[in-house]
Amino acid sequence: MRKYIIKRLFLSVIIFFFVMLIIYTLMRCLPTSYIENVARAKSQQPGSKSYEEWMAQLTAMYNMDKGILGGYFYWLGDFFRGNFGDSWFYTIPVIDEFNKTVWLSFWMGLITMFFELIIAIPLGIIAATKQYTKTDYTISVLAIAFISLPTFFFIALLKLVFSVKLGWFDLFGLVGRYYEQLTPWGQFLDKAHHLVLPIVTLVVISIGGLMRYTRTNMLEVLNADYIRTARAKGLSEKKVIYHHAFRNTLIPLVTIVGGSLPGLFSGALFTETMFSIPGIGYASYHAMVAGDIPFSMFYLAFLAILTLLGNLIADILYAVVDPRVRIA
Amino acid sequence: MSEENKKINPNSAAPEEEEQYSLNDDRRVKVLSPGAMVVKRFLRNRIAVVGLVILAFMFAFSFIGGLITPYREDQQFYRVDIQNKEYAGAVKNVDFRFATAPGQKFDSVIQAKIVLATQQNKDSIEFRNVTYHVIREGEDFYRVDLDDGTTIGIAYKDIVTSSVEGQKLSYEFQYEALKAYTNGESEFTAEGQSYTIDEEGGVLKGDEDIAFISRYVVQAILPDIFLSRAFQEELVAELEAGADKFVFTDVDGVEHEYIIEYKADVKNWKIRQGTETRVYDTYAQPSREHWLGTDRNGMDMLTRLMYGGRVSLVIGFIVEAISTLLGIIMGGLAGYFGKWVDNLIMRIVDIFYCIPSMPIIIILGAAMDALNVDPTLRMVYLMLILGFLSWPGMARLIRGQILSLREQEFMTATEACGISVSRRIFKHLVPNVIPQIIVSVTMGVGATIITEASLSFLGLGVKFPFASWGNIINDVNNTFVLQHFWFIWIPAGTLLLLTVLAFNLVGDGLRDAFDPKMKR
Repeated sequence: MRKYIIKRLFLSVIIFFFVMLIIYTLMRCLPTSYIENVARAKSQQPGSKSYEEWMAQLTAMYNMDKGILGGYFYWLGDFFRGNFGDSWFYTIPVIDEFNKTVWLSFWMGLITMFFELIIAIPLGIIAATKQYTKTDYTISVLAIAFISLPTFFFIALLKLVFSVKLGWFDLFGLVGRYYEQLTPWGQFLDKAHHLVLPIVTLVVISIGGLMRYTRTNMLEVLNADYIRTARAKGLSEKKVIYHHAFRNTLIPLVTIVGGSLPGLFSGALFTETMFSIPGIGYASYHAMVAGDIPFSMFYLAFLAILTLLGNLIADILYAVVDPRVRIA
Repeated sequence: MSEENKKINPNSAAPEEEEQYSLNDDRRVKVLSPGAMVVKRFLRNRIAVVGLVILAFMFAFSFIGGLITPYREDQQFYRVDIQNKEYAGAVKNVDFRFATAPGQKFDSVIQAKIVLATQQNKDSIEFRNVTYHVIREGEDFYRVDLDDGTTIGIAYKDIVTSSVEGQKLSYEFQYEALKAYTNGESEFTAEGQSYTIDEEGGVLKGDEDIAFISRYVVQAILPDIFLSRAFQEELVAELEAGADKFVFTDVDGVEHEYIIEYKADVKNWKIRQGTETRVYDTYAQPSREHWLGTDRNGMDMLTRLMYGGRVSLVIGFIVEAISTLLGIIMGGLAGYFGKWVDNLIMRIVDIFYCIPSMPIIIILGAAMDALNVDPTLRMVYLMLILGFLSWPGMARLIRGQILSLREQEFMTATEACGISVSRRIFKHLVPNVIPQIIVSVTMGVGATIITEASLSFLGLGVKFPFASWGNIINDVNNTFVLQHFWFIWIPAGTLLLLTVLAFNLVGDGLRDAFDPKMKR
């Protein structure tokens, strides 16, 4: 087991190296007028150095003068030493902006996941146990409809109904107009109130996939021989499903849920941007559109690590939960 | 059950015409090819058929609709709007105005002193040892003379305005006219000509209208517009009556409506003329000409939706074609050769799997914005990028299938027959994976359409003048549109949702239909 984990970890590091190499190359090939702009602005300040000098200093600072591979190793070195540089767009260290925004995204993700689990898994199981009935069709079609739902369109509809027509929620933002005057508890409630629509959005768009996954796996388990055995020996249907079948469905479920845990930190780009919720998705979207290379590089590296971590956790959990794959 | 009965006994409808088969005759059983079985199973799935119908509608809507619609993709419509443009200004003259006699000097210091003198009822002033005599010629009308009797100028409040376009009024004419007007006389002579003055202050030479005298100054805002006397007189009458609107019929008999605004702070009037202006017919409500109204550029919404559907569908298919092709080649190679080839290709797949595609596309889109890439070229790049980032899933799928197929007997047979490797892979292995490929492509097209729409929605995908369902909905970012113009974004969003839903339903139905283990 330990050997397996070490092997996977080693592989992940190599994959990370190449992923970031590709991303770094892409970034370097982009037309970065940013450095020229900064150099020009700085050279125009009174008593400043000339444009050429600033340019030279800045290119050296961002390792732009070392070629792609050389620059990449410098970047990698800085990254692993925890030196992420300053964001061009937010003009503060990247890590500060990250710390400022990531926790909001994390809590949103966590709440979303909670609702996702308590809604999707029971519905998936119901659909599977009542295969080919109206309930099953309704749930399956609903799941596909949720998967097919374009996030931005759904958000616009939610806003039209709940913000414009009913006036229950604000259209944008994390805090209301009178946030500063509120007590700490009131401030918490205000934020929670503003997070209702974003979380509803996230739950609805993520629920479909898990519902289908649960249904498929439950069906597979229900067709297994040991279920037939359980039924043959006269167990009640309730016991068969919730005792024998559900436990076995948990294997793939635990794997996939465990694998998606790191994803809680990745932020929801569309939802946060459309609701102007200052999470990591919102921050990174604006940084990326503004051509903020240090922040974008950091965010992309962060996402790559999260993906690798997710895969690793899923694989390890699979081996932990299912004794049959515990060989390697 | 009835279906199965039919299958077993297909000829029951016409048993007399055909000879009776014996019980174990193969012809008694209608044999369906695997393809026909799939079709049959698919058609029995009602939800999937609904999806197929939606897709058929979408294709017809996008590809045929674009041909039927009377409008072009980027045809803009206009409407006539009345815009009030500033036309003239009017002010009631309360200050003295001055005119200098030909060849004399009458500077502003003396002018100011003369105003004082008139207020204090003095008849002469001294300035730098020169005495100026202020002679009252009529009401609010003074002449300024030097000691030797030469006149240097006049001060007046009533203004003589030429009635004829381009005609200059001489000093002497002004002087004589004002003198006669302020004294209530009806005749005067100037430069050897005799003129008459009517009650309204009009100056006539015989019957010819030369000029008119009034307390009001009316000036056009634009220098090339000449305001006729009739207009000015009518306007002044309205001003005095305190009206805020008046209608004037010009020489050509055209009626114009004017809006009069009084500005108390500067004590003048602004006259606005309502002019008809052609403007883009933006956000027009649905009507007979435009069934779904018009968008922010004054283009027909329904037509935009049709062309947008074309773009969305074509992009979906091309991207899927690129990624499928790459996936088949890479997955086929990896699955067939195994060992280090498999290892290498699968690590490449892992790497691509790990690349966060959405952020990358957003960054590239923003960079293309900065470079002002041509919209057509941009669409091509978009398809290439999307296709290139989405092949690993397909490669994994195909590799997995081929790994298991490779070990089967028919592959040993192909090897024994000495068929070349490429033929073995692409003629014997890949066709066996086609069901999975079809299912994956169908669902993939739906997913690609969403990705493209999302990018276009952010303004980073398909760009104006091309329409795409995503960039049509983009307008909803404008809160006013969200609140008031449902027809801008709800139809596009619904079409998008339905199309993706249909692709997923059909894909799902196909998966079930291809699955031989399916009960139904």
